[in-house]
Amino acid sequence: MTLSTLIKSFERAKEDNRAALLTYTVGGDPDKKTSLNIFKSIAESGADIIECGLGHGANIGDGGAIQDSTYRALSGGIKTDDIFEIIEDFKKDYKTDVIIMTYQNKIMAYGEEDFLEKCVSSKVSGIICVDWPWPLNLDFAKKCKENSIVFIQLLCPTTNEDRLKSILNDAHEVVYYISMLSTTGQKLKVSSDEIKKRFNLIKKISPDKKCIIGFGITADTINDFKDTDACVVGSALCREITRSIDEKLNPATNVGNMVGDLKQKLSS
Amino acid sequence: MKLEKGTPLIDQHDENGYWGGKFGGNQIAESLNYPIEELTREFEKLRNDKTFIAERDYYFKNFVGAPTPFIKLENLTKHLGGAQIYCKLVSKATGGAHKAYNAVVHSLICKRLGKTYIGGDTGAGYAGKMLSMAAAKFNLKCKIFMGAKDLERQSINVFSMRSYGAEVVPVNSGSQTLVDAVSECMRWWTSENEEAHMCVGSTVGPTIFVKICAWSTAQISREMKKQVIDEFGEVPKDMKLINCVGGGSSAAGFWNEWIDYDNVELIGVEAGGPEKSSKHAAPLTNDSPIGVLHGATQYVIQDDQGEIEETESISAGLDYPGVSPLHCFLKETGRARYTSASDEEAIEAFQLVSKNEGFVSPSLEPSHAFAEAIKIAPKLSKDTIIVVDSCGDSAKDSKIIAERLGYKI
Repeated sequence: MTLSTLIKSFERAKEDNRAALLTYTVGGDPDKKTSLNIFKSIAESGADIIECGLGHGANIGDGGAIQDSTYRALSGGIKTDDIFEIIEDFKKDYKTDVIIMTYQNKIMAYGEEDFLEKCVSSKVSGIICVDWPWPLNLDFAKKCKENSIVFIQLLCPTTNEDRLKSILNDAHEVVYYISMLSTTGQKLKVSSDEIKKRFNLIKKISPDKKCIIGFGITADTINDFKDTDACVVGSALCREITRSIDEKLNPATNVGNMVGDLKQKLSS
Repeated sequence: MKLEKGTPLIDQHDENGYWGGKFGGNQIAESLNYPIEELTREFEKLRNDKTFIAERDYYFKNFVGAPTPFIKLENLTKHLGGAQIYCKLVSKATGGAHKAYNAVVHSLICKRLGKTYIGGDTGAGYAGKMLSMAAAKFNLKCKIFMGAKDLERQSINVFSMRSYGAEVVPVNSGSQTLVDAVSECMRWWTSENEEAHMCVGSTVGPTIFVKICAWSTAQISREMKKQVIDEFGEVPKDMKLINCVGGGSSAAGFWNEWIDYDNVELIGVEAGGPEKSSKHAAPLTNDSPIGVLHGATQYVIQDDQGEIEETESISAGLDYPGVSPLHCFLKETGRARYTSASDEEAIEAFQLVSKNEGFVSPSLEPSHAFAEAIKIAPKLSKDTIIVVDSCGDSAKDSKIIAERLGYKI
């Protein structure tokens, strides 16, 4: 493989003069079939990259909304193989890139090699592992690279400049900037300008790397990030799934509508 | 995997924080990297700072009440026949358990870091109670995370925490026990680490928390070593130190000074759960697979999907699916032996010890350790010295034990 398809997704968005839109939902929430429909609906509503959560019950990074989604998926009996099947089915009909976001114990329990093999066969483009920080992740990142999968390193506001440079030096084509110190889904507690300042610093050090901005971004603030590379909305979508289930509505339709709205706000 | 003689156990990890190159580490979100580095730097400085040590010792002596008694359980020894049974009565520490040591040290560190807010997790409620107590003394705002199920079964300790002014946050996710409380506490710290300090209540979590906790509870064996020599004139030729192991903080402290003594056997007793249940909280005894939990690699009770499985134990303090990397290391090197006792054996041990000794009334956690002592003592000679760490007092378990034995209180 030459240029990863993931990079092309970023570049297509850039041609549209906007940041790429990434969505996060938990794979298998609320069940396998609905989850696949949610992915399809998200793709049809214009998301550029789909982040699929491979949830872990004892996670240490998820806020309430994503915990609820994870709980629904896991208590419904969703297994790691189900997530790969959802992605594989999705990729049969859609070109939208899929990234898996997970925790280290899920990969360890599956076995690193087997996990990567499955990522390849189900056409996963990238992996984010919340609790596998640099430099401990370097061996696994290397294995990802050998399988043409982008291992996405995480950065945050308190990553000091030396560490930032070292991580960027080892990073693959894409990195993820956690915009604030919090779990997912909390209110944005730093200004969009401050986030962009850090984003620009990352781009100054590594102009060639694509940087995803995540945490705390909602419909109200998404347009502020139009000029960046990419931003993620997750908890709002998970909450929408919860609301749809509670009100006996179709989660796929509602999440799709929400993504359409986000895309429009990002494009305007 | 090998132990190094002459090097403190807490320092036998590699540059990435792994004991034996395998257990522990800092498998954390990037957002926690900075506060963990900051805490690591501060702790390494403080542990060599004479003023800090003097301050620690002052509070240990005058507030926690060090040294706690080292006594011979003559009636129990006579009743069982065989080995001589001694007890390190750590439950006499202020608050009724060993958790006071870690709480005091973390509160002092919190102040040195210039922070005024501290948060912690708790299972049996002792860690939370002691942290609340220390926080009140040191004028720190305090938040305690506790599983909703534990909140219910350890209501006496919850009452104490609230009396000391702490905010007790019930955790309703997952099994609603210690494992969920630790996860929630780490999530809280991820958001609040610029302002607040986190105290992990046992020798679990990222490496620095394992180290601080074991360094604090090491007080137990430091003072006991003197007491043993006062009693026997030398270190006995055949001595066995029995301690319960949940997260492993009291065992780590009880054993710390004895690691290099080959004639001292270290026996850890995990929670075997109810006799008729397949559930337990004994990952070392039952060879659970290695996994990552709360930022560290360890033996952990989990399914083939890497999901943490529900544990079950009558003792809230031992009801944890993982175990300290220190104990994984001690197991793998063969230095310590691990076994388990069932709920029923623990209750029987509680009854036997309380009835024979009066002054010693172990909580359900050390009752597991006593159960092992009761099992092995009759088979051993009187030249063998068994010391059990009675690390908690039964007062907090009155309701559970009474119900189990059919009393109404």
